[in-house]
Amino acid sequence: MASIEIRNLRKTFGKVVAVNEVSLSMTDGEFVALLGPSGCGKTTTLRMISGLEMPDSGSIHINGKDVTSLPPRSRDVAMVFQDYALYPHMTILDNIGYPLKVRGAPHNELKEQVTSVANNLQIGGLLARRPGQLSGGQQQRVAVARAVVHHAQVFLFDEPLSNLDAKLRLEARAFLKHLQREVGITAVYVTHDQAEAMALADKIVVMKDGSIMQAGTPLEIYRHPVNTFVASFIGNPPMNLLPCEINGGSIYVQTGDSPQAMSAAGLRLPAALAKGSQFTLGVRPEHIRVLTEPAADSIKGTLYVTQTLGGEALVIVRVGEQLITIRLFEDEAPPLPNEVYLSFDADHLFFFGPDGQVLR
Amino acid sequence: MKSPMQRILLTGFTVILAVFFVTPLLWFVFAPFNPQASLSVTIPQSPSLANFEEVLSNEMAMRGLLQNSVIIGIGTMVGTSLIAALAAYGISRGTLPGRKILTYVLILFSSVVSGTASMVPIFKLIYDLGLIDTHIGVILVMIGGSIPSAIFIMQDFVESVPRSYEEAAMVAGASPLQIFRDVTFPVMRPGVLVVGIWVLVGAWGSFLTPFILLRNIKLMPASVTFFLFYDLESGMPQIRLISAYAVLYTIPVLLLYLLINWRYGFRFFGGIKQ
Amino acid sequence: MQKAILSRELSLLFLAPALVFIALFLLYPFFSIIQMSFTNQTLVGANAINPQNVGFQNYVELFNTKDWMRQGEMGHSLWLTVQFVIGSALIGQAMLGLGIATAFNNRKGLLREIVFTLAIAAWIIPDVVVAFAWFAYLDPEGTLNMMLQAIGIQPLDWLFDYPMFSIILFNTWRGTAFSMLLFSSALASIPPSYMETADVIGASPWQKFRDILLPLLRRYIATDLILITLWTFNTFTPFLLTGGGPINRTNVISIYTYSVGLRFFEFGKASAIAVVVMLINLVLASIYLFVSRNQQGKTA
Ligand SMILES: Nc1ncnc2c1ncn2[C@@H]1O[C@H](COP(=O)(O)OP(=O)(O)O)[C@@H](O)[C@H]1O
Ligand SMILES: [Mg+2]
Repeated sequence: MASIEIRNLRKTFGKVVAVNEVSLSMTDGEFVALLGPSGCGKTTTLRMISGLEMPDSGSIHINGKDVTSLPPRSRDVAMVFQDYALYPHMTILDNIGYPLKVRGAPHNELKEQVTSVANNLQIGGLLARRPGQLSGGQQQRVAVARAVVHHAQVFLFDEPLSNLDAKLRLEARAFLKHLQREVGITAVYVTHDQAEAMALADKIVVMKDGSIMQAGTPLEIYRHPVNTFVASFIGNPPMNLLPCEINGGSIYVQTGDSPQAMSAAGLRLPAALAKGSQFTLGVRPEHIRVLTEPAADSIKGTLYVTQTLGGEALVIVRVGEQLITIRLFEDEAPPLPNEVYLSFDADHLFFFGPDGQVLR
Repeated sequence: MKSPMQRILLTGFTVILAVFFVTPLLWFVFAPFNPQASLSVTIPQSPSLANFEEVLSNEMAMRGLLQNSVIIGIGTMVGTSLIAALAAYGISRGTLPGRKILTYVLILFSSVVSGTASMVPIFKLIYDLGLIDTHIGVILVMIGGSIPSAIFIMQDFVESVPRSYEEAAMVAGASPLQIFRDVTFPVMRPGVLVVGIWVLVGAWGSFLTPFILLRNIKLMPASVTFFLFYDLESGMPQIRLISAYAVLYTIPVLLLYLLINWRYGFRFFGGIKQ
Repeated sequence: MQKAILSRELSLLFLAPALVFIALFLLYPFFSIIQMSFTNQTLVGANAINPQNVGFQNYVELFNTKDWMRQGEMGHSLWLTVQFVIGSALIGQAMLGLGIATAFNNRKGLLREIVFTLAIAAWIIPDVVVAFAWFAYLDPEGTLNMMLQAIGIQPLDWLFDYPMFSIILFNTWRGTAFSMLLFSSALASIPPSYMETADVIGASPWQKFRDILLPLLRRYIATDLILITLWTFNTFTPFLLTGGGPINRTNVISIYTYSVGLRFFEFGKASAIAVVVMLINLVLASIYLFVSRNQQGKTA
């Protein structure tokens, strides 16, 4: 078990800045998710922690020890790759036992440890097989077993569930969470799936274009996104973002040619929101009501489409040029006229300045 | 989308190609079994194995085929495969400048340098090394000749091993040599086998190198010991024996090659794309 | 740009054994040939032990403009080589190989197996054996004449009356498999959906070949042409069929080099020929590379 301290990590590939001044500290036993869209530098960050990639500048400390320039094998880390990287020519036993073998463990001891880990992960019956004979979910467990077997200080996961189909992914997610509870591992987990990050992590680090946008617990990030990027990246369907202007007691929603006024009475406006200024209003799909009659705080839109998802339903409404998604916790959306009115839950509104940063 | 017309065209094309490729070899189907064989193709009046019996009883010829050719062939195969696998790994996983065109230049270079003219300096070299009239001399020269193409083909197999395999081993704590021995080499073994058989076939058929470097008839491989079946007085080839010997000499490597080809397919796409 | 797994020192270590062989059996002969080409080294006689430096004399003799196109001289030999390369490598092997690969692209089954197996057999069978087979095949009483007689054509003495045609036919037969295999693995790497899209649009087979396959294969074609041109330029196997004759009519450059060097043992002169051949090969390879790179630039 270990703590990790990353300071000002930077890595460029030619002209591409893959990772830009990333700093991050993790305490012992913490499970941290690096979350962000494809190409934002998550894998590169993870590979620098593992030692597979050398940073241009910055430092990495594990348990207080500077490992920045050490090769992977001297860092005592374990890694699960996106494609699992299970060796096709080795049995599952040999695959899981490989980290022990290169450390010179005697064969019987190796076998004992592998068997115990495999039984723990419920793949004890597969040890004589080869990776090609296993299902995706089983391969994933083998890859985890290989990482667990030599009790590394730090676990690194690079999108370990992205090769699984939706159902298996949920199962594997629960399994990983359970494992983390049981073993209490310190782990860095890379994913582009916000739900996965929310479900698994003690702390989420949201990245964009090589930089950290926000770091915090899942709920902090969900409740207090610091900018529009984080706001729209966390939550599914994503938060609706509407360009607005405030003037007098009204907010003008500028989604089309003619702005629509909406009463600002009853809204807790942030202090930084000056009169007459432009801002972005954020509201999550579950915090909008669909009305068939206009109200003082509503805006008008036309029904675009409804989607029945079972247990919940989505109503998508066109306001000006923008589509707004509303989430209803009903089996089916009620019959709606073509012309509808949207009212936002005043307690759950977000205000972002012209630069995208949240206004307080 | 196969119309009957296309089928007929394709079948016709196949027949023409089959005739083109197989007729030069027809002679080998008949002559070895004909005690009166000549250069023309005739169905033997009384087919027999007499030619084979005579060839099999020629001790030098059989030693050439079963011992010398095998030693030279396997030696060249093992040496080339191992050295080329290491080199391909070094090139593909390293940072040497110019590594992208290195093998390409080597290939061009080797087809330019190989040729009869280089036999003179090579003879001198082997002579200076004291390896004239030894199998090891022949094997070394053959390894030297086949290494560029072997690296060229092998590189493709190295590239097809996912890097994450090696990175997983690195994180697990393996050293570069352990990674090569435990992970990369076993995963690319089909490639090594394909290259190996290809080299074996080349060495098996090679005539000029052993002809120039060997003097003792007891050491000569089958490609050279064909001359044992020339008539001593007239200097003319004894067709019936040569055809039988040729069959014994060819069939094993031909089958081996076809087997490997069917099993693993013929692959060199990556390397060939420049 | 991918992360290197080996450090520079380690990758040199992995390369070291190969480099030793390359130095001994490629670089050493290469420089030795160049050096020898400026001497009058022979196998026997005074010049064998103490070869003299003769400057460019060997080259001057080779390019003696008065009679270098005479039979048995280098110019003539190069001209024969050009015919041989164009006939057997470019027209024979490359076209036939491309034809077979295209015809059997995306097809499995007996027909493909038959053609591929036979072509590979022709490619794999050792030189000595192939030479005998073709000797018998082209014999006045051989298989080829028997087949021709069956369709009413008079028998011919192929090796005597049509020696160049004979070795072209032979080398096409011998080497087509390489181009065939190269092109068929190249074709296999083209997603079937490309051709299926063209099918749906309604393109004819020729249009599909010209508009889709050919552009995608361009780089493979360049590589194939470089390799088979160089190999055909340097192949020695026709010697086993014709010995360069009759009266030098198949005296292609490799046979010419051989006869000067290993028959008449004029090592100095033979090395000069080899240097000329190497230069021609390098020029050919560069032209191909240049053309294929340029084409790439245009299509990209
Ligand atoms: N080996 C490499 N060579 C060049 N560019 C790279 C390399 N690895 C990553 N990059 C670039 O760095 C950026 C970040 O990549 P990566 O860390 O893989 O992103 P993520 O894992 O978040 O999808 C991308 O723009 C990517 O193209
Ligand atoms: Mg990634």
